[in-house]
Amino acid sequence: MDKHDFVIRFAGEGGQGLVTSADALARAAAHAGYFVQTHSTFPSQIMGGPASSQVRISTTPVLSSGDGVDVLVALNQYAFDHHIDDLNENGVTVYNAEEYDLPEGGHYFGIKADELAKSTGNARAANMVTIGAVAHLIDFSLVEIDEFITQRFTRGRPGDDEIIEANIKAVRLGVDVAKSSGFTVGQLEAPTAPDYQQIVITGNAALSMGAMAAGLDFYAGYPISPATTVLVWMENNLWGKGRFVHQVASEIEAINAILGAGFAGKKAMTATAGPGFSLMSEGLGLAWMAEIPLVVTNVQRGGPATGLPTKSEQSDLMACLHPAHGDITMPLLAPGTIEECFYAGALATNWAERYQGPVILVSEFGLAERGENIRRPDLSAVSQESRATVSEGDTGKRYDSWDGSTPLPGMPIPGGPGAYVANGSEHDEIGDTTHLPHHHVRLMERRFKKLDLLDGAHFEIENADAEVIIMPWGSSKGPAREAYDRLREQGADIGWLYSVALHPLPEDVLEILKSGKRIIVPELNYLGQWSALLRQDGYNAESITQYTGLPFRPADLVVSIGERIGVGVTV
Amino acid sequence: MSKRNPEYDFAWCPGCGDFGVRRALQVALEGYSIEHEEPQANNVVVAGIGCSGNMVHLVEGDQPFGIHGIHGRTLPISFGVKMGRPELNTVVVAGDGDFLSIGGEHIGPAASRNVDITAVVMDNGVYGLTKGQSSPTSEFGAITTSTPLGKIETPVSPLKNYMAIGVSYIASYYSSKPRILAKLIQEAMNHRGFSIVHVQSPCTTYNDTYDLLKGKPKEGIQGLAYDIPEDHNPYSADAANELLSKPGIPLGVIYKNEGKSLQDRYEDLQAKAPNRTDDEILDSYLLQI
Repeated sequence: MDKHDFVIRFAGEGGQGLVTSADALARAAAHAGYFVQTHSTFPSQIMGGPASSQVRISTTPVLSSGDGVDVLVALNQYAFDHHIDDLNENGVTVYNAEEYDLPEGGHYFGIKADELAKSTGNARAANMVTIGAVAHLIDFSLVEIDEFITQRFTRGRPGDDEIIEANIKAVRLGVDVAKSSGFTVGQLEAPTAPDYQQIVITGNAALSMGAMAAGLDFYAGYPISPATTVLVWMENNLWGKGRFVHQVASEIEAINAILGAGFAGKKAMTATAGPGFSLMSEGLGLAWMAEIPLVVTNVQRGGPATGLPTKSEQSDLMACLHPAHGDITMPLLAPGTIEECFYAGALATNWAERYQGPVILVSEFGLAERGENIRRPDLSAVSQESRATVSEGDTGKRYDSWDGSTPLPGMPIPGGPGAYVANGSEHDEIGDTTHLPHHHVRLMERRFKKLDLLDGAHFEIENADAEVIIMPWGSSKGPAREAYDRLREQGADIGWLYSVALHPLPEDVLEILKSGKRIIVPELNYLGQWSALLRQDGYNAESITQYTGLPFRPADLVVSIGERIGVGVTV
Repeated sequence: MSKRNPEYDFAWCPGCGDFGVRRALQVALEGYSIEHEEPQANNVVVAGIGCSGNMVHLVEGDQPFGIHGIHGRTLPISFGVKMGRPELNTVVVAGDGDFLSIGGEHIGPAASRNVDITAVVMDNGVYGLTKGQSSPTSEFGAITTSTPLGKIETPVSPLKNYMAIGVSYIASYYSSKPRILAKLIQEAMNHRGFSIVHVQSPCTTYNDTYDLLKGKPKEGIQGLAYDIPEDHNPYSADAANELLSKPGIPLGVIYKNEGKSLQDRYEDLQAKAPNRTDDEILDSYLLQI
């Protein structure tokens, strides 16, 4: 049976090479012309603990981690017990026969990968034995795997040839075991390779790259899952004249460091997760009040408190929109795909410059470390906006009133004309503290009016004539889209609304919301945060929530949306 | 109100030590600008919150740039200013509550980095702006509005802390002689690395320590403050520690260590940094096995 889409999951303990196996299969498949998306889940510890890593391979772009698993590789009994329910009806499990045994008659077979690997003369080739078995089950081209092995292990060292030979042999031994089991889960259709140049990249790397492409030149950060890889990325890449990157002593130092840099004229960013974001609240208030350009990226994990550091949740939305005391709504970009991470990283940097203030870029664990092959962005096409500045002879003051009818006046930069005090207390035109009502009124209005300058983020509107509109945000876009497509195929009259910018919302999106249509928001939190915010603005929104720490399964959304709209559906 | 801005609605109490520190800061900034032939606009004053924080609005004459930011966060903010734009001269002004209590966590990292900024700390041993609560440097047993039965914490010894934590320039002075204080601040600004000028700046309303500091010579009462002897070697950590082990408040330069600043160290790193273009970085993600 030909299939266009397979999910292969490796489950076991951290440190068993689960991510390496999924990544190897993903790269081999992407190289063969397929679309791939990986997804991992692991405990917040370096070694050990239950973990899994999977890859979805498809002939069309992959929108989500899928419904179930076609091939489960379960390296211990615990992994088998906890993942077997995710196996699709015709799925097959490859279990680690060196670790445990299963009674005869199930949809599974055992493999002694370590023993077989040793027989090739390379004990470290056990992963390749398993990959060989998987390749047979989905009828994946061995030529591609051989090429993968050859390239991976050609390192210009003596002994490369032996290693390559042993690994190729290991794959064949795995194939033989799978063959003799008699199982197969179908044939993977031949791919149509995209005609554009591709990169394989994670969400955190993509948003970092995007910010740098827009001219980011200052980064300060503190390690925290799942945002640490942004700091590591910057420490490895944000070099060169005029650029600065540093690991500081806390998230409080990070936000204040980028405040200083933003004030001094730099394009500055930090990235953190929920607990660190909470510590940045006061600094974000100052950035808003004193009008200092900067970007704070919040790579969400489960919360509250330490919460679920290595799981997916979309539960920081309200905190991101209103992070600090006082009247504040932050501009907020929430990419939903790896490609959108890149462009949102660039746009967030540009927005901060354009409106001279703080911008929140909201990502998620579900995007942070997930690998995907995407079109290579054209860096020369990324715009680099720089804030307006003052020149000698300008008569305007830093904190003059502004009603939006003229371009936003320039910002004085230290070393140049227009010295002022960037003040967190309410202030007058030059930044001196004042409590006079008219200053509070005029500057409150200026600060909110500036948000009107922020547009240009990606949005999608489809079948907006329908009475019910599905409007996911962030990484729930993918599974929601799969559910939406299946429901439409089954004749459901539903529309689609999606916006990377959650504040301010694009005019076209607002128009649909204002029409009073019923908006259904699938989101990964308990409160139904986005629909609550939409209802607060008077729109007719409701949520479908999930708070398991895992992404939505499209099949579950098909059922839950179907129930809401009274359409009987088949999954 | 201030001379430069009649609408400005803050005033220090008559006799406040901060007047003297303001005068000293102004002279130091002007002096530094003249010495290095730089515009005043190259100077950035980063203030915390408290009576001392208002310093940034009260400097008269040609204006430096200023940040009147967040309670306790002067050091990380000024770190961002300095490392973003190393050519700017960055001076922190903060009180003892701001610098040593809520902001205490930032002194160690600033010292470890040896970031090239100068902190002028105004120590009055009390929270003045909130009307008289105990501060880190209030004496043991001090009666304040938040310690009505007496303070039961040991007071912080700021100068010993700075030594222990590795601050590379430490000076101590009081607010009463602005011209000499100005020289110390300017010298601290010239020091390449993290410098602190810790100033006794009495609060005439809640903790008037003028007599305690200066004594009453006519009545034969010795003050706590004394000039550091001329033979003190500020380049010797041992000499500095010995000085600080004695009672009283020394006036002058306690310690100097002329090593590499964070900027120097960063330039060393830049020299060995991978100088890849953005396109080259992106190409490292190109689909290959």
